[in-house]
Amino acid sequence: MLRYVIKKLVSLVVSLFVASVVIFLALEVVPGDPAASMLGVNAQEDTLAALREELGLNRGPAARYGNWVGGMLVGDFGTSYTYRTPVSEMIADRIWISLPLALLALSLSTLIAIPAGIWAASRRGSGVDLGVMGVTQLGVAIPNFWFAMLMVLVFAINLRWFSAGGFAGWESGFWPAIHSLTLPAIALALPQASILTRVMRSALLDTLGEDFIRTARAKGLSRAQALWRHALRNALIPVLTIIGLQFSFLIAGAIIIENVFFLPGLGRLVFQSISARDLIVVESVVMLLVCAVIIVNFVVDIAYAAVDPRLRRAR
Amino acid sequence: MLRAGLTMMAQGRSLVPGGALTLLFAGAAVLSLFWTPYEITSLDIANKIKAPTLAHPLGTDHFGRDILSMIMVGARTSIAVALVAVGIGMGVGVPLGLAAAARKGSLLDEVIMRGNDLVFAFPSLLIAIMITAVFGASAVNAIIAIGIFNIPVFARLTRSGALSLWTQDYVLAARVAGKGAARISAEHILPNVTNLLIVQGTIQFSLGILAEAGLSYVGLGAQPPTPSWGRMLADSQTMISLAPHMAIFPGMAILLTVLGLNLMGDGLRDLLDPRLRRTGR
Repeated sequence: MLRYVIKKLVSLVVSLFVASVVIFLALEVVPGDPAASMLGVNAQEDTLAALREELGLNRGPAARYGNWVGGMLVGDFGTSYTYRTPVSEMIADRIWISLPLALLALSLSTLIAIPAGIWAASRRGSGVDLGVMGVTQLGVAIPNFWFAMLMVLVFAINLRWFSAGGFAGWESGFWPAIHSLTLPAIALALPQASILTRVMRSALLDTLGEDFIRTARAKGLSRAQALWRHALRNALIPVLTIIGLQFSFLIAGAIIIENVFFLPGLGRLVFQSISARDLIVVESVVMLLVCAVIIVNFVVDIAYAAVDPRLRRAR
Repeated sequence: MLRAGLTMMAQGRSLVPGGALTLLFAGAAVLSLFWTPYEITSLDIANKIKAPTLAHPLGTDHFGRDILSMIMVGARTSIAVALVAVGIGMGVGVPLGLAAAARKGSLLDEVIMRGNDLVFAFPSLLIAIMITAVFGASAVNAIIAIGIFNIPVFARLTRSGALSLWTQDYVLAARVAGKGAARISAEHILPNVTNLLIVQGTIQFSLGILAEAGLSYVGLGAQPPTPSWGRMLADSQTMISLAPHMAIFPGMAILLTVLGLNLMGDGLRDLLDPRLRRTGR
């Protein structure tokens, strides 16, 4: 187990390193001078030079990379070109929208998908199964931002149950805040729930076809008992993997969904920074999100090995 | 009727409806090269934001443009972007996968597979957004951004398919006959992984359509005046209570195209390789 953890830890560090280099290089080749775009076309040459100096643009790429990564390790994400405030503060403000949104969507999709998948698999070929599979087929094909717009049309504009966008703020209380995250979370969760339902169903069907289930049945267990006691546990392994992987889709999906609902989260921050050419912010937020994804996947890998000893040797 | 449709989808007899939907949109895209009901560049402000009528079956947008014509031309953008992105993924990914399988366990294999893991770990849309942000928003950059993420998918699939083929007797015979790894890969391995590639290609194609729609919705895809489904939706958003048809039809176009491709992919998988037939996954 220890060897396995160490191996995964090494690959975690390598992934983080390579990711940081890729992100740094990608933004390094950006055309245009950030100092010039910040100060506008009428800037004096000496003001420009002073700003370049302040932003560290005169130093070599290696020095700037070292500075960036070194800073992040101690929680310093640099200073925004446009707002002139520390990026860490901007992130701290907005993460309390993006993170609850992603978690809400993840819990919603898990809470819907696991029972739906079990239900469909346990009544294979029935109307329930067909209905669930039909709905999931639509769920994976629907663009979630369009689904979000339709929900706004129905639930915000026509029925007035929700507001069409914006965030109430945590200071207005827990429920008002959750209320304003509900439609975005449903929109984010829909495709993920569909995928997860299909995975849950087929994993359970695969497991139900295995010899140990036949043995359990032969031993006198009912179908339901065999399913709940033996099959489900084994079927949950692929489901866990997908839940881990979904985190990365939720993060990416949140970028677009936050834009549909005008939620001032990390996704909108990335967007506003892209249009303002505020590359320090883009760089740091993207790195933070990639970090989150890589670390979540690492935790999932370790969690498996803890649950399923076979995996410790397999890789 | 509904039940019969669902049964067909669930049991994998989905090739025909899926293929029909796909052909419908591909046909609309091709047709739009020669003819559309209205010129998409002609603005008709007097007839703006009209709900569907006989003259405009899907209504008009805020510039009085015919939405049916816009959707037809938009199909061209979506399909072109997704198709080229799949081409990039296959063109680069398949040779990489073949090479990795031919030299299993070598440094090359290791580098390719770890590189793949890394690309998988990145939230793809986020990186696509970064690419378009850095190099500017355009259809070409959207293609590159989507295509890059297709590479590891095809590399991994080709490698795993090829690995099992390398143990086959006929490959051994080819080696005994003195053929090199490259020639065996091209002559014996590749033709036998084609089925896998076609099925995966259909799936990546549908994901590409969704990704293109997402990118152009946030303004990072094809730029005006080129119509794209995603941007039509973005344009409709502020007018959604006034003109819901502007939001509904382009979204339906995306949904139906993606659904068609997914159904076709499922159907092709069953048709081309019965061994892969899974319980409706």
